[in-house]
Amino acid sequence: MWGVTTRLRVLDDGAWISVNDARKVRVSELWRLDAPDLCECALTDLVVENFQSVGVDGPTVEARVYGQCIACGATGITGWIPVGRVSGGEFAQIDRSAVRRVRRER
Amino acid sequence: MPTDVENWKSEVYGNEIRDHLFEFAEQGFDSIPDDERDAWFERFKWWGLYHQRNGQEGYFMMRIGTPNGVLEPGQLRVVGEIADEYARGPGTNPIFGDAYADFTTRQSIQLHWIELSDVPAIFEKLEENGLSTQQACGDSWRNIVGNPVAGKDAQEVIDAWPVIRELNETFKGNDDHANLPRKWKVSVTGSADGSGQGDINDLAFEPAYKEIDGEDVVGFNVRVGGGLSRNEPRLAREIDVWVAPDQVSDVAGGLSALFRDNGDREDRYNARIKFLVDEWGPERVRETLQDEYVDFELETVGRDVREEYTYNTGAGERNDLVGVHDQTDGTNFVGLNVLVGRMGAADVLDLADLAAEYGSGEVRLSQRQNVIVTDVPDAALDDFLDEPLLDHYSPDPSPFMRGSVACTGTEFCSLSIVETKNRQVRFARWLKANVDLPVGVDEFHIHLSGCTASCAQPQIADVSLRGMKTRKDGDPVEALDVGLGGGLGDEPQFARWVTQRVPVDEVPGAIANLIESFAAERDEGESFRAFVARHDDDELDAFVDPEETDYEDPMMHNTKRTWYPYAENDAMEDAPSPPADD
Repeated sequence: MWGVTTRLRVLDDGAWISVNDARKVRVSELWRLDAPDLCECALTDLVVENFQSVGVDGPTVEARVYGQCIACGATGITGWIPVGRVSGGEFAQIDRSAVRRVRRER
Repeated sequence: MPTDVENWKSEVYGNEIRDHLFEFAEQGFDSIPDDERDAWFERFKWWGLYHQRNGQEGYFMMRIGTPNGVLEPGQLRVVGEIADEYARGPGTNPIFGDAYADFTTRQSIQLHWIELSDVPAIFEKLEENGLSTQQACGDSWRNIVGNPVAGKDAQEVIDAWPVIRELNETFKGNDDHANLPRKWKVSVTGSADGSGQGDINDLAFEPAYKEIDGEDVVGFNVRVGGGLSRNEPRLAREIDVWVAPDQVSDVAGGLSALFRDNGDREDRYNARIKFLVDEWGPERVRETLQDEYVDFELETVGRDVREEYTYNTGAGERNDLVGVHDQTDGTNFVGLNVLVGRMGAADVLDLADLAAEYGSGEVRLSQRQNVIVTDVPDAALDDFLDEPLLDHYSPDPSPFMRGSVACTGTEFCSLSIVETKNRQVRFARWLKANVDLPVGVDEFHIHLSGCTASCAQPQIADVSLRGMKTRKDGDPVEALDVGLGGGLGDEPQFARWVTQRVPVDEVPGAIANLIESFAAERDEGESFRAFVARHDDDELDAFVDPEETDYEDPMMHNTKRTWYPYAENDAMEDAPSPPADD
């Protein structure tokens, strides 16, 4: 479908997402999420503590993340959240300040 | 479906990794194919090598496993020489300099900035001197811990050192136990002080008496399934087994095989034996061990000595092994405080010389990241204590220096959320200069762990600090969750996380305010742990009261985004190239 297979892995006991054998997305960043299932804040301000799993939806690389909302303190595992896109074999991470939306179905 | 790690392990794992490691070392770091690096880095752990974090490409942490923390005469000098020659990289630590050794909470030694091409020479030197990195990391029997002064401690019920040596010889390099679902941490303690910290290990042997044929025999009670990681702390659980010293190896091997065959290999987060014990319960663990893994009748649990435990309890005598203590042979062991466990290579060499001059040359490592010089005769004691090196590595330090434990942190570790060791040094110095503990309180343990892996054992400290993030004036900053009232002993207790996400520059003020409230409101003679126990979380949260002070934190920013947090040009794009092979 996209021509090239993208190799995705969670590495270092959940500290990194590796895309095509290079560590690309790290824990300990703050992400803004539209994730009503995780907490009641209008926008979750999530400390990414651990990657649980990684997958793709078309060109979009997605992850399920354990973390904590620093606004309300709620902790939990998110649904599938976009972390970046693969285009022409190159991975581009989603801008850190972007609001990410949890995908409803998988 | 098995995980990537399990797939890699099923292809190559255990002793055979060594040949590949040496081949890569000879041909150079770049000879590891890009698409195989993660697999090889995972396997190298079994031989004690951990690839450092992003931005430090081609450099490794090397862990040397010293069973029970015992360094025979001459071995500390070897460690110092290796640190001095090989543990130097492109980053200079502003507090510790260029070459240093870290003493860990599991009585091991870690060196950083190790280049792959140097590994064969380092292994040769280690092994010539009876030291090894084998199984120091990876999914197998890790370094066996215990009371470091086993065999010498005047408070001992039974000498655990021969048992530990036998386990080490039996299960290091043993193909039947080389590939477990996850790490396997074993503690064997023979003293009545609890200093083996068995409760937080996968498998614990603790001293206990059992009446056998009408006689009281000293052996060990067996506990299984302790551990602190991943927000899922567990205390090891009693499985109603007492074992004689000469059968410890059979029971330990049986439990390791039970874990090998029944642990979860499909989900690494659920793989540690603590989760199997959750699922099965202690009774089924015992039954399975009896039915399938040992060929003799197990004894039921014996009479333990847990009521006498003092180590890391927050009250009573001997919360640690710092200071001068009696040995059974009439000489002394002298515990020296090593702040956050890190010692410069030159100091390591000086200490090795002092140990040879005043003691037997032997040195031992504690689970509080400290060193112990053993076999110092009374006649040599005063001169030893007068040595200038002991001004810095003191046998009688400030409680804030003495109580500080910190993990590796973002300086080198992928998992950590915050910088830890240098920060904890700065915290301890500030607290020493600015805060007095109430009269009669001379122990105060503060453990700083960069993440929930809990390598600094934060849940068993008076004040537990754990890496987090928060926003301060809208900007992301490094922060710490604050937990209170943890400790071991007869009734171990994990810290309660009462205050979340305190910006790091407000943590010293928070601890100062907490101690002020403790001093003002404690009952007479009350320990901090008891004080915490009689307050609810909201009351404790109010005592913590974060506040800016004159403490300054130069590492507030996201140290994870640097190649090295203390470099002048610390941005990832300024990261050095992998070391050239020489």
